[in-house]
Amino acid sequence: MAITFQPSSYSGLVDRDNGMVSREIFVNSDIYAEEQERIFTRAWLFVGHESQVSKPGDFFVSSMGEESVILCRDRQGEIHVFLNSCMHRGMKVCRYDEGNTPIFTCPYHGWSFATDGALVGVPFYKDAYHEELDKSQWGLIRVPRMVNYKGGIWATWDANAPDFLEYIGGFRTYLDILFDGWDGSEGGTEIIGGIEKWMVPSNWKFPAENFIGDRYHNISHRSVDLVGIGPSGQGRRDNSEREGAKSLDVSFPERGHGTVMFLRPEDAQPVPSYQNDPIVSEYFYQCEIARKERQGQLWRILAGPGTIFPNMSYLPRQPRSIAVWHPRGPDQTEVWRWFLVDASAPPEVKEFLRQYYIRYSGPAGLTEQDDMENWNYAHAASRGAMARRYDYNYQMGMGYAVTDFEDGGLKLDGTVLDTTKARAGEQNQRGFYSRWREFMAARDWDGLATWRNNGSAC
Amino acid sequence: MVVANDPLALLLLKQDVEAFLYHEANLLDDRRYEEWLDLLSDDVRYWVPMRRNVKFGELEREFTREGQDINWFDEGKTTLTQRVRQILTGVHWAEEPLSRLSHLVTNVEITEATPSAADAGEVSLRCRFIIYRNRVATETDILVGRREDRLRRVDGQWRIAQRQVFLDQNVLLAKNLTFFF
Repeated sequence: MAITFQPSSYSGLVDRDNGMVSREIFVNSDIYAEEQERIFTRAWLFVGHESQVSKPGDFFVSSMGEESVILCRDRQGEIHVFLNSCMHRGMKVCRYDEGNTPIFTCPYHGWSFATDGALVGVPFYKDAYHEELDKSQWGLIRVPRMVNYKGGIWATWDANAPDFLEYIGGFRTYLDILFDGWDGSEGGTEIIGGIEKWMVPSNWKFPAENFIGDRYHNISHRSVDLVGIGPSGQGRRDNSEREGAKSLDVSFPERGHGTVMFLRPEDAQPVPSYQNDPIVSEYFYQCEIARKERQGQLWRILAGPGTIFPNMSYLPRQPRSIAVWHPRGPDQTEVWRWFLVDASAPPEVKEFLRQYYIRYSGPAGLTEQDDMENWNYAHAASRGAMARRYDYNYQMGMGYAVTDFEDGGLKLDGTVLDTTKARAGEQNQRGFYSRWREFMAARDWDGLATWRNNGSAC
Repeated sequence: MVVANDPLALLLLKQDVEAFLYHEANLLDDRRYEEWLDLLSDDVRYWVPMRRNVKFGELEREFTREGQDINWFDEGKTTLTQRVRQILTGVHWAEEPLSRLSHLVTNVEITEATPSAADAGEVSLRCRFIIYRNRVATETDILVGRREDRLRRVDGQWRIAQRQVFLDQNVLLAKNLTFFF
């Protein structure tokens, strides 16, 4: 029997009080269709990086939810995001992945659009349209809101969405760590060429919740930890900097974002890392010193993986990269992966990181191969009529988070779960699904910007 | 040398090289990974680029660049050995239980033999492959593409000194690449 879901149903599917989430939200095709409408047309979504369209005419075809979009820099140097669909009969006006062009010409009937989206060419304009078509009204559909934040290009289809920085809120501290140079210099990162794209047979929320703070899945990575691919030749990461640090899970449940991190002690000093390579080791050591000077207390934060609601996840350092989980039906996700390096890093450092990124990440990455196996079969085993009746358990660490975290004079925004002793918790996942539920139920951004009612604007 | 100069020597060489390629494919399909590693020269380069859709006339940008861009694989023997060791841990969930694999190697063409076909110490070749993978119950992947190999004779045995794999896919349709091409 097909179940129809009303906005009111969603509170039953995500049970905040008991830390349970229905499997229906992962496998049900009606809910999936509803997500496209309620989440992906309203949330801020990651589209690409400024360094991918550095010159006028440069374009990169990306995706917002299920839909193809063009990220493009026009002749005046301004960046735009358009729906990749001709206004006449819907054909994709660009089927290349990236490149440089003066114009996008639709291969179906020949309407052509300038790099600022304006309709500039219409075959038979005089004879067939009698010059009566108002070309100014038929340019490519442009996202109403777009932002370039430290090189990251984000967009939303909802003109009433809050400004990007309001959407991000206190999570900005962590987003900055991703996009700033490792020495703390503003927006000092660039993309290494080659965007990984691959299909994972799983709902898009599985990877999103994994990246938001799943410290519990060490067994997934047992094999790579045994082999040792980290920058220092051990494990999958270099953990020397975590000595004496607290493990904290930070969630912004009113926004849905979350991250894990390690908080170094107040008196911590930069320590050498990546010692296998003297140039790389020295580079990061100097960066750490510079960042400590710049950021003071904030330097103590060693950021880990995180997710910005709904489908942008990232690793801020090891390996520094962005993942977007594009929904492709309830049972399929198309993953795109961008890799970041400090633009000003010496070539040896970039090369060292490039090799590490490749062996760690994506379908050929020794670490992530095992993640995808788990998402694949967790999803598959949740689709059955019986399986769907049993909620997933997200109760780990419930009731142990604080909203006034302070350590040695450093106050942290968000709700913070100290997992130093516990080693894992699921408050970030609970925050994610709590926000998911709000997005599915709220009529508009007046209902979604809940923090405004609480008196804390940002 | 231009290999066509000595047709008979070329025929024998091709026979020899093909036998080696089939032997190699069998080792992979028989899961004899450590023996497969022994077929790689110590300085082997193993490169599998990603593949873009680009405009006609810009085909030089079709593949991500070796040594510069992110690629599916761009590595030497150290990382390849780590991959084998990972499978042999028995807890590499993406290969546990092990996949069932068949490597079909075809369209073999020798493009260069040095110093000569009759006395080749190094051979460049081009071929096509189909890799059929089936795992767990119904999971199936078919990967097809072109391979360009360079083989070197070391102590009378062929060793793979370079492998370049050009996959016929843009968005990779397989969830992972836990096997070797």
